[in-house]
Order: sequence, then structure tokens, then C-alpha cells
Amino acid sequence: MTAVAAEPTDPDSPVGRADPADPTGRPRATGRGRLVLARLLAARGAVAGAVLILLLFALAFGGPYLTPWDYAAPDFSALHQPPSAEHWFGTNGVGQDVFAQTVRGLQKSLIIGLLVALFSTVLASVVGACAGYFGGWADRALMFLVDLLLVFPSFLIITIVSSRLKSAGWIAFVLLLALFNWMITARVVRSMTLSLREREFVRAARFMGVRPLRIISRHILPNVASFLIIDATIAVGGAVMSETALSYFGFGVKAPDVSLGTLLAAGTSEAPVFPWMFYFAAGLLVLFVLAVNLVGDGLRDALDPTAGGAPRRSRRSPRSRRSWRKQK
Amino acid sequence: MTTAVETPLLAVRDLRVDFVGPHGPVPAVRGVDLTLRRGETLGIVGESGSGKSVTALSVLGLLPGTARVGGSVRLDGRELVGLPGRELAAIRGRRVAMVFQDPLSAFTPVYRIGDQIAEAVRVHQPVDRATARRRAAELLDLVGIPAPDRALDSFPHEFSGGMRQRAMIAMAIANEPDILLADEPTTALDVTIQAQVLDVLRTAREETGAALVLVSHDLGVIAGAADRVAVMYAGRVVETAGVDELFAAPRHPYTLGLIGALPRLDGHGGPLVPIPGAPAPMSELPPGCPFAARCPLVEERCSAAEPALSGEDGHRAACVRSAELAGRRPAPSEVYPVPELPPGPSGGDRAGRAPVLSVSGLGKTFPLLKGTVFKRKVGEVYAVDGVELDLREGETLGLVGESGSGKSTTLFELLKLGAPETGRIELLGHDTARLTRAEAQRLRAELQIVFQDPMASLDPRMPVGDIVAEPLRAQRAPREEIARRVPELLRQVGLDPEHAARYPHQFSGGQRQRISIARALAVRPKLLVLDEPVSALDVSIQAGVLNLLQQLKAELGLSYLFVSHDLSVIRHLADRVSVMYLGRTVEQGEVSAVFDHPRHPYTRALLSAVPLPDPAAERARDRILLAGDPPSPTERRTGCAFRTRCPLYAGLRDTAARELCERERPTLDDRAGVDHGLEVDHGAACHHPQ
Repeated sequence: MTAVAAEPTDPDSPVGRADPADPTGRPRATGRGRLVLARLLAARGAVAGAVLILLLFALAFGGPYLTPWDYAAPDFSALHQPPSAEHWFGTNGVGQDVFAQTVRGLQKSLIIGLLVALFSTVLASVVGACAGYFGGWADRALMFLVDLLLVFPSFLIITIVSSRLKSAGWIAFVLLLALFNWMITARVVRSMTLSLREREFVRAARFMGVRPLRIISRHILPNVASFLIIDATIAVGGAVMSETALSYFGFGVKAPDVSLGTLLAAGTSEAPVFPWMFYFAAGLLVLFVLAVNLVGDGLRDALDPTAGGAPRRSRRSPRSRRSWRKQK
Repeated sequence: MTTAVETPLLAVRDLRVDFVGPHGPVPAVRGVDLTLRRGETLGIVGESGSGKSVTALSVLGLLPGTARVGGSVRLDGRELVGLPGRELAAIRGRRVAMVFQDPLSAFTPVYRIGDQIAEAVRVHQPVDRATARRRAAELLDLVGIPAPDRALDSFPHEFSGGMRQRAMIAMAIANEPDILLADEPTTALDVTIQAQVLDVLRTAREETGAALVLVSHDLGVIAGAADRVAVMYAGRVVETAGVDELFAAPRHPYTLGLIGALPRLDGHGGPLVPIPGAPAPMSELPPGCPFAARCPLVEERCSAAEPALSGEDGHRAACVRSAELAGRRPAPSEVYPVPELPPGPSGGDRAGRAPVLSVSGLGKTFPLLKGTVFKRKVGEVYAVDGVELDLREGETLGLVGESGSGKSTTLFELLKLGAPETGRIELLGHDTARLTRAEAQRLRAELQIVFQDPMASLDPRMPVGDIVAEPLRAQRAPREEIARRVPELLRQVGLDPEHAARYPHQFSGGQRQRISIARALAVRPKLLVLDEPVSALDVSIQAGVLNLLQQLKAELGLSYLFVSHDLSVIRHLADRVSVMYLGRTVEQGEVSAVFDHPRHPYTRALLSAVPLPDPAAERARDRILLAGDPPSPTERRTGCAFRTRCPLYAGLRDTAARELCERERPTLDDRAGVDHGLEVDHGAACHHPQ
């Protein structure tokens, strides 16, 4: 998630620069990357969200060492037991420890959620911006591809292909989910790029001799970043849930392995009677999505210089003037 | 001026308007007093954000809901502030009518013009449909719209900007109101159309006997049209007087500065008088006089309390030193510090200097497409059709033309650095048609552009340091050089290098344009293309930017291609000027030759349409009003493109001479102003030049 937006905003990737590790170089306080990072660190919500995500990772990967129980091994002496000192989150119908299962599922879901959002957003922004910026043939070809993927019943294809990709493991699964998740975003990015392309600052860059790909990365993508970030944060939650849906049909994460999605799917029907089977997994998922949203909001505000931040002198009056001009 | 002087038609007393902002109320108007007598024209002049439009709108209660209005507005003694909407509606259009700035958004696009005017009539008068329609036709005729009966059935988008504004005026006078409020009625229009519309406003006022409140930022328009003027600054009237009085002997330093900051058509080069600084934001006005921070005459008592509007015989100013100014009558340059401009490269022999840009016979057409799936070509737009430019080292060439004359297309053809559709472009000795990619990339560093709108041309999401460094990066300059150049450039254009970490929105309009200029200068270009660089700026800010441009040109030996619709600015800045009409160069030459002895009838009309900020001179001039609008560039006419509007052609008696205009396309001649005993650098594309 963080990487999604940091990628297009990197102000001076040192490709082909004279001396990337210039030791005498004065600290360039003016770089956009630094400014954005400083603003991001100053935003309390974003920091809290990042800390929360780190804690979730710590729980997911450190959790299995905290409990003696294995996520797959059943404890036949405790079936459908509520949370206790022995089984912290209780047990399920076959006596598996819900805590062990939840942290195991969290591992999978954290990675799937973040990676799917990352891959699909990067793909969408690159394809959309290129189609919109270059226009003509590139546009037609790329949009044809997008439309083709849109009309494919993605669910069906994933089900067909995933059985073949069993050996490739979860990374193939992530790629598949990402592959069927980016088209609408790409279309929106394209249309935003179409209008950005005619803006004077893009034109100015073109007349200055800036290369097209640099214009895309330095001007177009930062200006559609607000949309991309919101879209990516939504995609995180969406990926976890669509993984659930596939897992429910027996694809993706397979028993005895678990993910938050499979746990939720299994626990939903039993939630009224055995709430511990549902609410712990659900709570963690909510926390996860919330944390991603906090980071996303912080990043969006950090990238948008007119949003929030410290109140500045010159900000208020143009805004108030604009507001009544619009009404005129 | 009748006996009703004692009871003014409209009396605004202590009007206050606040807008609800995110951090509490933001004042827009802070205690305005205005008096409008029957039949007179009151000009309200001020820069953007001074509250002039809000004042006009609040008279009719047209402000949005977030506005809080205090004070009193009395129409014939009847209080309008706080009147319920129903009663206000009876006054709007009937007794007080409004002409808006943007006539396209003031008409509903889906109704016919005639229906909209007839509706305005029927709302206030009990007449039937046919009568209202007849009245609408009369009104359109009055404002000079040709074939009014047919025009009734047109939709707003079928009218040109000038025609829409006329129709708007027709609608405003439909019920013979007592007061016409015109809020920047000509700002969006070209000068020749502006002259037409101002003329129509005058006619409308004479026909109906209405009083006119003319809100404008253009001192020239005000000088020509108003009887009395109120100058606004920071939500208050700072000076009010009769128009002659005000321009001859301003008593407020702000008015004085405004007059000095304006480039004039009848002036000559030299530095302008800029007003330092920028207006403080309305939400954070300092105590005391709001102008104190920018005022060269500031004293300690200025920051103590805000001076009241005072003075005798109708000339009142809100300044503690107004009496002194009234007595001394200083020129603007005596009060304001004027920057020293370093002398430019000595004039010398023009032919001896290296040519920077020469363009001949440039043409560019755009296809007109029709159909949604299968686009087929149904015609062509001749956007540029024979442009000639010649620019030498160290010169400023002004490119003048109205909207649609092909100025921008010409620029983009130049900046493309590719083969033009027709004609030839030679930049610094290179024919652009034969450039390789690498050569073109290198040549880009020699040619930079400054755009019109500094907000749109700066990436809002990029800090200023990165923006200025961008052309350097594009030319693959080493990192240390970039780090060294950026502060240097910011200092060069008069900005604080510390501000490199700020974003464009944190700067004022003038500062943003300076950033654009710094960016353009980053790679040390030889030719700077300036596309209307000051037309989005307020007068007092514009002067500073123009001075900066002159200074940079002298210091760095730049050449400018300066595109503008504002002839006064061109006159002020340019060495040579090239006038375009419908994609063709119609006249070019040395600036004083063209401006003092225009030879092409179009140039003459253009020059006479520019309002002068000098009421006496403005009244004394005779105007050449051009009829109608420029024809559509979709058809390529034989002969002279200007003849449809040409007063000279209309007056030709000799059929052979007329036929020459119809048949043969005139070319730029070089026999020039020889008859005037001037130099030869002056050509006009006219068969019958003066």
C-alpha cells in the first residue's frame, strides 16, 4: 500500500544521474519525496495506521509461537469451547484452536490483501496513464485489452486456472486476483489522464523536452494519486473478501490451511451460537482495513499540498474567494 | 441630474458582507458607502478580491446563502437588505437589472434567446406571448443584433461572445429598469467587441434613462464610460470622485499606484510603477489601513486606525495624507519607488543582429470531423494561414490578435519543433523541418515558454524547487548544478530561495508567474515565448512582472516572442509588433511605426478600440467601430480576409479597387512607411494601405 503511492512520487530516481551517491551533495530539502515523507510522518492517523499494520504483522507471525496449539491439529477434548485460559479464542467444531487458526489466517490475508492491492493499482495506473497519455494506437490496444478482461467472467477463469496452478502456491493466486481487479481503475485513470494531458503544466513539461514516461511518473500519477490511494485501500478489503469467496468454493487457500476469509466463511453460520468462531477473525479484518485506510488517508493528504497540514497564511483567502466565485 | 439629487436613486450605507469560512467568517465587503443618482454612471474599480462584485451582487440580494449581509441598501428610500425573496424578485429585472460577466452561463443553454428575453418581459408585465416576442425583437434590434426576428429563435451557443453579451443587455433593459448593474461586462471579450458592447451599454442607457453601475478592473473602461468612480481596496471604498478629478489628481496612494502601474497605449517604454507586495488575505487583515503594508507614504498613525472616507466637493479619499496628495499632485513615479532598468543592448543596426526566429508562410489546418463511430472529414479549420514572423537577437516581438486569430496555434507550431504543415520555421538558424530528434531535444533548451495562467501551468503537486529544476532535469543537467541553479533562479526573479520547498498554491498570482519565468530561464534559453504572461494578473502585480521581464531581457540578452491581446502591454514592452487577423499576419513593423501610423484598417480599428485610462483623451478620440464578429475560419475566402468587416472596403467607390480586395489576397508589402519618412521596417497586408 505504502509502496503504491511512493513509487510514482519518487522525485529523483537516480537512474542515469551523474553521481547518485554524491557525498558532498547538500541535503535537498526541496525534493518532493522528502516533503511528502515529512508530511506523512506528521500525520497522526497515518502513523497510527502504520503502527497498527506492523502490530498485526507481529501478531500474525509471532502469534504461532505464543500458543502451544497448532492451527491444524485438533484437540478432541475441547469441541466448541468458548475462550478460556487454555484456548484463548476458544475452539471450533473439530477442536482446532481458534487463536492459532486466526493468526495463521491473518498471515495469509495480510499478504494477499496488501499485495493484490499493490499489484492491481500499479498495473492500473501504468496501463491507464499510458493509454490516456499516448492516445491513438496505444490507447486503442490497451483499452481493448481492458474491455476484454472486463467481459471475461473472472471468477470462472480463476476457478479453472487455479486448479492448474496448485503447485505455484499462493503467489500465483495473488497475481490472479490482481489480474482481474485492475480494469475499472485503469479506465478511470485513463479518463483522468485524458484531461490532465491537456493541462498546461503537462504541456509545459512536454515543451521543455521532458520524456513521456517521466511526465507520466512525475506529473500525471501524482495528480491522480488521490483516486489511486482510495481505490487501493478499498481493494485491500475487497481482495481479502474475494479470496474468501474463492476459498469458500475450495480454491485458493485450501484446508487444512486457513485464511481470515475461510475462517469467516466457516464461522458466519455459527456466529449466533458460537460467536468466538466469527468475531475474532472479523474484528482483525476490520482492524486491518481500518489501519490501511488510515495510512491511505494520511498518504493522500501528504501528497495533496492543499489538504490539511499546518494552516498557512496564503491558504484561506483564495479558497473563500473561490467559493463565492463558484456561486456566481 | 434632475432635481432628485437630494434623494439618491440608490443609497448604499455601511454595507458589510461576510462569508462563512472554515475558520470563521471572512469579510468580503467592510463598510461600503455608495450613492447613485438618476441617470448617472458609477464606475466601481478594484482588483480581484477587493469586493467590487460582491457589492454589486448584494444590492440585488444575489449572494449565496453562506453570505451574511449587514448595513443598508436603499432603492428610492426603500430598504432592500433583509427583504424577503418574493419582494426582491419584483425588484430584480424590473427596477434593477443585472448584466453578468460571462454571458454564456447567464443564459440557459436549452432555451431560445427570444423565449428567454420574452420571459423576462412577461415576468414583470401583463402582456401576451406575441407582444412579449415583438418586444424581444425590438430589444435585440436596439442592441444591434442583425436580423432580430431570426435571432429570436437562436440558441445561446449559436451566438458569439459579443452577441451574447448584447442579448444579455437586451434582456436587462427589457423592463426599462432604473438601474443597470454591469459586473465586468466586457472582461471576457476582445477589444473590438468590448468597444461594441460598451457602445451598446451607452445606447441602452440613453434609451431607458437608467443609471448604470459599471464594475470593472479595467481603468480604461471606467475612464471612458463612468461619470463618477469609486475605487475599492480590501472590501472598502478608498477613494471616490468624478472621473476627471480622479484620474487627474488621485488623493489615495492606491489609486495613484494603479494609474502608474498601467501600461498605456500612448506611453513609451521605461519601467512601470509597481505597487509593492500583494493584497493581504481578507481573513487576516491587519489593524489600521489595509493598504499600509504596500504604501510608500506609510506613517505610524496608518497602522493605528483605519482612516475614514473624507474630503470635500465630492472627492473623498480614505487616507490620512489625502490632503497632502491633493495639494502636491505628485506623479506616480514620484511616490512609488521605480526600479532601475539596466540599458538594453544598444539598438544599432537591426539587420546586423543574428536572426533568432524567422517564420514565413506558416499554415496549419485542423480537420472538422463528423460522426461518432466512423469519423469523416467534413471540412477544415484554417487556424493559421500565412503567418510571417521575424525576430532578431535581443528583440521583443509582440504578436497581437483577437481570440481566434491563431496566435496560440502559431505558438504551438513553433514549440513543436517539427515540420510545419506549410511554410517554413527557422529557429536560431535551424530549419525545424530537418531536425533530428537529438537536435530537437538540444534546441528545446534554447526555446522556453511562459504560459498565461500561472496556476494551470505549475503542477499543483510539485514543490517549487522541483518545478524550477524540471527543464534542467530534462536536459540531464548534473545534480550539483541543479542544486546550485534553483536558489539562484528564484533569487533572480525576486523570490526567496527558502521558498523552494513550498507548493504553488501558497504563492500569489504574481509570484506564481515569477516561478514560471524562473522555470523558463533555468536552461538559459535564447528565446522566451511569453503567451499572455500578464493577462491573468491584477494591474498592480502585472507592472512588477513586466518590469522583471524587461530587466531580465537586458541582463541576459534574451529575445522575447510576446503574445498578447493587450495592445497597451505590447506597446510598452515590444520593439516590433506583428498583428494577426484570422490566421494571417496583416501588419508588422517597428512598434512606434505601427502604433503611431497604422496602415492596415484592422490595426487602426484595433488601436482605436483600446480604452485609455485618461478620461479627457478618451472622450476626445474618435472610435472606429468594427461591425460584426470575425467570420468563421472554416472557410478560406479568396481575397482579403478582413473585407467583411473592413470600413475601408465598405467605403470604396471604385469597383476595380473593390474587386481587387475580393479577388486577390494581399501580401505584406515592404514599401513601408516611406511616405511617413520613417524607417522601412513596416509592412501591411492591404491593397489600399494608408
